[in-house]
Order: sequence, then structure tokens, then C-alpha cells
Amino acid sequence: MATDGQAAAPVAAAADRGADSDVEVALESLGQWQLAWRRFKRHRLAMAGLAIFLLMIVVAIVGPIVAPYNPLNIPNSKIPGGEPPSLTHLFGTDDVGRDVFTMVINGARISLAIGGFSMLIAGFVGVAVGAISGYAGGIVDNVLMRVVDVLFAIPFLFVILVAARFFGQGQVIPLVLIFGLLSWPLIARLVRAQYLSLREADFVEAARAVGVGNMRITFRHILPNALGPVIVAMTLIMAGNIVLEAFVSFLNFGISPDQISWGNALSNAQPALSLGNWWWAFFPGMAIALTVIAINFVGDGLRDALDPRSHL
Amino acid sequence: MTEELAGAIGSGPPGPDVLLEVRGLRTHFHVMDGTVPAVDGVDFRILRGRTLGVVGESGCGKSVTALTIMRLIDTPPGEIVAGEIWFDGRDLLRLSDEEMRKVRGNDIAMIFQEPMTSLNPVFTIGDQIAEAVRLHKRVSQREALNRAIETLSLVGIPLPERRVRQYPHEMSGGMRQRVMIAMALSCDPKLLIADEPTTALDVTIQAQILELIKEIQQRTGTALLLITHDLGVVAETVQDVAVMYAGKVVERGKVDQVLLDPKHPYTEGLLTSIPSHVARGQRLNVIKGTVPNPFRMPTGCRFEPRCPYAFEPCRSFEPPLELPYPASAADAGRLAACWRHVAADRRPGPSATSHVGFAVSQRIGS
Amino acid sequence: MSPEMPADMSGLGANGRGSAVTPGSPASTTAAGRPLVEVRDLVKYYPIMGGILRRHVGDVRAVDGVSFDIAHGEVLGLVGESGCGKTTLGRTILYLQQPTSGQVLVDGQDLGKASAAELRRLRAKIQIIFQDPYGSLNPRMPVLDIIGEGLVAQGVSSAKIRNKQVEDALETVGLRREYSRRYPHEFSGGQRQRIGIARALVLKPDFVVCDEAVSALDVSIQSQILNLLLDLRREFGFAYLFIAHNLSVIEYVSDRVGVMYLGKLVELGDIETLYGDPRHPYTIALLSAIPDADPRVRRKRLVLKGDVPSPAAPPSGCRFHTRCWLREKLGNPERCVVEEPLLAPFAPGHTVACHYADQVSASSAAEAAAAQSAVETAVADVG
Repeated sequence: MATDGQAAAPVAAAADRGADSDVEVALESLGQWQLAWRRFKRHRLAMAGLAIFLLMIVVAIVGPIVAPYNPLNIPNSKIPGGEPPSLTHLFGTDDVGRDVFTMVINGARISLAIGGFSMLIAGFVGVAVGAISGYAGGIVDNVLMRVVDVLFAIPFLFVILVAARFFGQGQVIPLVLIFGLLSWPLIARLVRAQYLSLREADFVEAARAVGVGNMRITFRHILPNALGPVIVAMTLIMAGNIVLEAFVSFLNFGISPDQISWGNALSNAQPALSLGNWWWAFFPGMAIALTVIAINFVGDGLRDALDPRSHL
Repeated sequence: MTEELAGAIGSGPPGPDVLLEVRGLRTHFHVMDGTVPAVDGVDFRILRGRTLGVVGESGCGKSVTALTIMRLIDTPPGEIVAGEIWFDGRDLLRLSDEEMRKVRGNDIAMIFQEPMTSLNPVFTIGDQIAEAVRLHKRVSQREALNRAIETLSLVGIPLPERRVRQYPHEMSGGMRQRVMIAMALSCDPKLLIADEPTTALDVTIQAQILELIKEIQQRTGTALLLITHDLGVVAETVQDVAVMYAGKVVERGKVDQVLLDPKHPYTEGLLTSIPSHVARGQRLNVIKGTVPNPFRMPTGCRFEPRCPYAFEPCRSFEPPLELPYPASAADAGRLAACWRHVAADRRPGPSATSHVGFAVSQRIGS
Repeated sequence: MSPEMPADMSGLGANGRGSAVTPGSPASTTAAGRPLVEVRDLVKYYPIMGGILRRHVGDVRAVDGVSFDIAHGEVLGLVGESGCGKTTLGRTILYLQQPTSGQVLVDGQDLGKASAAELRRLRAKIQIIFQDPYGSLNPRMPVLDIIGEGLVAQGVSSAKIRNKQVEDALETVGLRREYSRRYPHEFSGGQRQRIGIARALVLKPDFVVCDEAVSALDVSIQSQILNLLLDLRREFGFAYLFIAHNLSVIEYVSDRVGVMYLGKLVELGDIETLYGDPRHPYTIALLSAIPDADPRVRRKRLVLKGDVPSPAAPPSGCRFHTRCWLREKLGNPERCVVEEPLLAPFAPGHTVACHYADQVSASSAAEAAAAQSAVETAVADVG
């Protein structure tokens, strides 16, 4: 219809085909992401979760700069430790007089970094493996999925503890890698399952019918449609890994004591159990719980927002 | 004629020959973006032993009407905003949940479109029918099973004694729909509501099921409310018809009156856009545009934006559902909601008549 | 009205069912030479895997030896009930599914012998319109990309040219050019179907498979889309394989019609013959089953007994013999069970696969219907 001789035809045709133009209700044009955002905004808990989560990130970034005290410096020994919360020490102090508020603020950086970056690694590896598995099929698929099965079968905690002790060395980057490389199988399986169902979708068949190649079908047609559940799963992984870091550090397998994470702060606070100065353990614990709950709420909201079938 | 017209809201129960009378029914759904008036003023009646077809396109509210009669609307998001549903002398909307449970399945039975999902896959069909019987009748399991076998043979299922022990997945779609019908009939209902009972079936199976429904209706004398989008099914299966558009009944009457001489432009448009009624090579008639956005219903007649006859009052005033004017003897008992069929002196605003009709627009269209 | 369009509708007949087309016979050719699409003994089996070892235990014979031609600009309707293999046939002709055996030639080129790259290139010529206006558009892509994908795949690398062609296509199917930036969820079912049509026509195909393209639409929208499809055919000379279960729609659009039952073509003929003088008992039953919206038409329906048998275990001989009313009327001849009837010429432009096609007529069908209703009443009374 692009030939010159027929240039005038489409206009006339469109008018006479009388499509819906004349009575059509004005549709708002919103992109997929705008629409998802609109749906997300309706989810009150998710919005609250998002606010808390963003606040935590801001704290992690600027907190250490504006924190009132140095988190690691043990202050003048004349000042007694173990002070309860007060105006000078909002969350109280530990047994040697370090400010717990400062510890929580500083801990956010490492805890969120470990949760966030390990999530990104898991997402990246998981999506890649899942997509390759779904795209290639056959032997490649079989091998990759058996690897995933094995990773699911091994006792996760044990491996984490051993790996954290031998490769972690109390540093952030090795821990991020360990956590990330152990949590991707979930994502890979999810992506592959999505791939298998979407491969049968009419719109994929339609893309094949116009001559689109396999590679492009995988990455342009299937993957974007598989991302919704993947993003939701990634939020769960992030929340899980923040808890995991706290757990590993609490057992002294994690972050070395010269750095501050929430898990470390909790680990340091073990004497609080016997001393009775609850604030020492309470506030780092609350920080973890609040963040994890917030992230889970965000995940919930994303689940609804990213489902193209859900209504406006 | 007056006895054929639906009574006004608040005028009490209809006469004894009326089995079901729906008056001014409104069922709305409150969703995130606002309120969807799915059913927004529906009036019709079914006399005892008669059959009524409700036709309309998807989203016109026909299925919601059926679910409202059964009081199966989830609240929230749904809400029955107004109206009366007189069934056998009682207003169903005033019954308690307990009383309504006794009506459902017993006095009014329903058949759904999808026979696969309507049957529970983990029970034998005999158990499912027997359970339906025992919900409403004090009989032993043995008697209930016998009743199941009886109804299965009534709906033409061969070897019913064997079939009662089978599971739904062992049967084809047509068989399952027969089972659904058997289950619906197991308590001798006074009214059978069939919601698109043949839409999911193939033509030859559809023919079997329609014949079956007709035959059973005639034999048992139960009244039938058939909901469908297919005018062909209506023409062949029922005696009366109500046409719905955008939540409202726009035309009602006997099948011959409505399908042979439609008074509402929507009915006319539907009929003329069926391919079998147009010679090959001719363009099909088209109802231009699409159904209105439920959040922004037109203020006057809801069909006005798509209507080739629309004129002065249509844009601002809702036409009443009444006997079309001028009425001949053949029009007795029929109703239409269109300003063209209201006497000029009773129309609001300055009177004028449009002369543009489907025939003309068709010529322009080609 | 465009200057190319003839003022009256007679142009359609001249283009569509002109003398150039000799419908029916497998060797039919156009004035230009050979037919556009030649389907030769096409077979598509789906293996059934069973047992713990997932061994091959049988086949679903979705398409089981189907042959026909489609001429340039011709509309071949294909009817049949669900599970008869008509959708599989459509997909297999386009090589969206690899056939088990048989050939598909488009313009003389064997699709089975084409390399993957050649096949992708050939796809521009052979297009498909899907049934489900919701599932067939990628929900994460704007209309521009949905329609433009084919152009990208066919090597139109300039985004500017692509956009122009996509917008022209939108206009051709009766949508606004600006819609190219919108996403599928912003459109109604009918509009989505127009987008699906634009996706096919932007590649300027010769042949389009319409797989139940109007079945999911409401009557009033259905007529809009049917008009559009026929307009496009007139403008661009498309040939269609029009797959549908709705016989009124098929009658309205087709030049010739094929009737499928359990993976086989049982009757093929031009439209007047097939609807006016059908010879296969199944075709007659199908036609008799259409509900008519005209209440004055109160014919006796010929209702088929039983269900369609499973395509994994089709009946022996004639696959229709388990439900055949004609066989019953003829005293259940053994031949139908033993010998498979082949699709053989019955009259010029009319082929039928029935041993007793010459015994079929409208009156015999009417008799059968009457006899049947008598029997049915008797049976029902006993029940």
C-alpha cells in the first residue's frame, strides 16, 4: 500500500472502513511502565514499603557522612558504656560506649549492598541461564537444569557457612559473590518455566510467522514478558539475603568485626542478652526486620503491578 | 396489553401466571477506576412454562443479570443497587441468604457456558448429581443416585448406570454439558437459566444440546431463561426475546416480532450484520464504532453514538421502554426503547426525524 | 472511495471468482501458470509419549494426507469442528509447524526445501491472522514494534521507512496513524484484530491464513472485520485460506470451501456447489446444524449422534462412519468400515470422499431428519 499509485487509497479507505475513530473514547496513552506504576501506587502497603526502602537507601548513602559519632571508635573510657536511649544517644550505646544509632546507620550500607548486589548477580546469572536453557532446549537445557537441581539439593546453609569462612574473609565483595552465585537457580528455573509457556503464546507464533529469528524471539518477545515474576522473585532474594547476611555475621562467619553491618551489630550485641540492655540488639534487629518487610511489600505490589492481565 | 408490561417498582407481586419478573434491576461493580453499571435498568418477565432468550454482545450485562437473579454476585465488588426480582410470588432480593440457598438449585437451576470447569474433577458425576439432589430433597444416597441415573437418561446419555460412576474427564464436552443439564434438572426446577450453554461446543454438538434443551423444556414444562449472543440460537430455541445493550433491555417481545420486524436500531443492526443474511459480494452491514466505555456512558440513549437514525432527543434523553408507536395489532405485547417509536408530541425537545438509515449508510460505506 | 475501487460490487466477483480460476481440480492453474499455493498430501502427526520411559506409543493424527490448491486472489474456506485439524493445517502450511510428510509449494517453491534463512524471507509472502485478539499481540510492545517486527525481520533497516509503512498499514486497516505509539491493552478486541491484520499486510503478502480470525469477536465487530478483510483482498489481491467453524461466515467470504473431518478433507467444492448440492453426509449435517436467525426458517434439523472420535484413534475405513446417518439409512454397509473413501471428483469443481456420494441429495437428508426425529422421540419415551 506504499506504492505511489495508491497513496490516496488508504485515507479514503480508512474513512469508509469506519473503524472506531468517529465514536472512539479518548484513550489515555500510557506506557507499560507508567501503567505498572499507576497500579503500584494503588497498593498502599507496597507504597509504604517503597518509602521505607528508599529511606534505608538514603540512610545507607548519606548516613555515615552525617552520623553523629564514629561507629568504631571506642570513646573516652571515662564515659561509661551501656547507656539507654536518650537525646544524645537516640538508640543508646553499647557496652563500650559506642553509639547504637550510628551503628545502625553505618550498618545499612553493607547490609543493603550485600542484599542488593547479590540480588543483581542472582538475577543476571539466573535470567541468562534460564533464557539459554529455554532458547537452546535439548541437551543444553537438560544439562543446565540438572545443575540447577543439584544446587537446589545441596544443604544451602552449610555451603554458605563453609564458603563464607574460606572465601569470604570477612569482606563485602566475596560475600556478595557467594550469596549471588548461590541464589540464582530459583530465577533460572522461573525464567525457563516462563519461557516454556510463552513459547506457545500466539504472539510468539506471530513473530515467527513474520520471519523473526529465534534469538530475537527469546530476548525481545519472551524475556520482557517473563520479567514480571522474575522481578518479584528478585525482591524476595534481596530480602532473604539481607537476613542471611545477618545470620552468617551473627555466627561470626560473615563480615569481619572491623566493619559494621546489621548482622555484625547484632553479633556484637550478644552480651545484651545477659546484661539486659535491650536497645543494643533491638535497634539493629528492627532495622533488619523493617527493611525485609518493606522489601516484601514492594515485591507484593510489583506482583500486581507487573501482571499485564490485572486491571487498571 | 397491560398485563404484558412489567409492573412498576413497588407495585407488589405480579399475577400468579408470572413466574419471574425483573423490575428496574441495577447491578453495579465498584472497581478501582470507578463504578461499572453492568446491569443498569433491566425489566423483563417470564410466564410459567415459557421460554425467554436474552441476547446481547459481550459486556452488555446479560450474564450479570442471570447471576443477579441467582444472587451469585460477589459483594464487593458487586452491588445490587436497585430493583426487584419477583419469583413465584416472592422478591428474591428480600430473601435471607438461607432462604435463597433453598431457591438456588431447587426452584431455579443454572447451566453455565464452560462444562469443564463447572464440574468437580475429583468426584464421579453420579456423586455430584446425587449431592445436588440431597441438598434439597430428603432422600437416601441410594434414592439420590437413582434420581441421577434417571436424569442422565432423560438428557440422552447412553448407559447411565455406567456413566454415574465416571469422572468428568472421561467425558467429552458435549457429554459434560448434558451432565450439567441433568444436574440442573435433578430437582425439577421451575426455572432453568442457561448461560451461553452451547457457546463452547461445536456446531453439531450445539445442535444436539439445543434440541435437548427444547425437548426437555417442552416435556417438563419448566420455564427457560436462555442467555446467548447468537440470534440464530434465540430464533430456534425460545418464544420470547429481550435484547440488551450496555446494561439495559432495549427491546422485548415475541421472537417473531423482534427478529422479523426489529424496532430498535441495535436489534436491526445486529440482524443485518449476520453474514448469512447478506448476499455474497455485498458488504456486510456494520454497526459503527464500539460499545461505550462503562465509565463514560452516553447521557441519553446509550446506542446514540453508534445509531444511524439518531436525532434530536437521543443525545440528551433516555428513551422509555414502551409499546412502539404507531403500534399495529401485530405489535401487541412488544416493547422498544427508541425515540423514533415514541409519538412526536411525547418526545422531549423540538421534534424532528432523521431520514438516514442503515440502507443509506451502507451505500455510503461501499 | 478510492479511485481503484469499482463503484459497484461486481468488481469483487470479477476479481475473486473469475473465469481465470478453475476451482476444485487439484491441477487447477491460473492464467499466469501454476496456482499460488499447492498443498500435496500434507501430514502432521503429534507423537504421544507414554509410560515411564516416555516411549512413542501412538500419534495424534491432526492432519492426515490433505491436498488442495489455492489460486492467486482466491479465498478457500476451511470448515470443521474443533479437533478436526484445521488450525494445525493452517500452521503446517506456513511451516510454523514442521509437517510430518508432504509438500507445500508457494509460487512453485517448496517450503520444505528452503533453508531457514530462505524460509524467513519467504514468510513475507505468506502471512497469518490469529483468532485471539488478546493473545496474539505482545503486551509489552507498542503497536509500532508489533507491526514493524516483520519489516525488521525482512531487512527494512531504516526506522523512518518502517514507521511510515507501519502507519500506512494502520490507516489501511482503519486505525489512526498516531496509534502506533500505543500498547495493545489500550485497544478493544476489534481494534486489536485490526492491528493483527496490519501486521500481516505490512509485508505485502500474496497469501494469508485467517485462522478463526473473526470467531472471537461480537457480531457487530465481526462484520466490520469481515468487510475489512474483503476490502483488502480487493485492493491487494490477497489469497486467503479462511479457517472457521462458522458456516455462515465461510459462505459469505469463500470462493471454494473444504470440509475437514478428523484430519481429512471430506469434501471440496466451489461455494454454490457445496452449499447448494453438498454430497458428503457430514457436510449436510454441518449445514443443517447452523441456527438461523430467521424464525420463519423452521426446518427439521439433522442432528448427528455421538461425539467426534479422538484423532489419536480414528475409526477404520471412512472416519465418519461411526456417526454417519447415510450409512444407517443404507443399512450399514460394511464397505464404509473396511475401505477408506478417497477424495474423488464427483462433478467439475467438486470432489467428495464418500462411497455413496451419488445417493445423497437434499431429499434424502430431509427424510433422514424426519426418520431421526421419530426414532429420537421413541427413544426418549423409553428413557
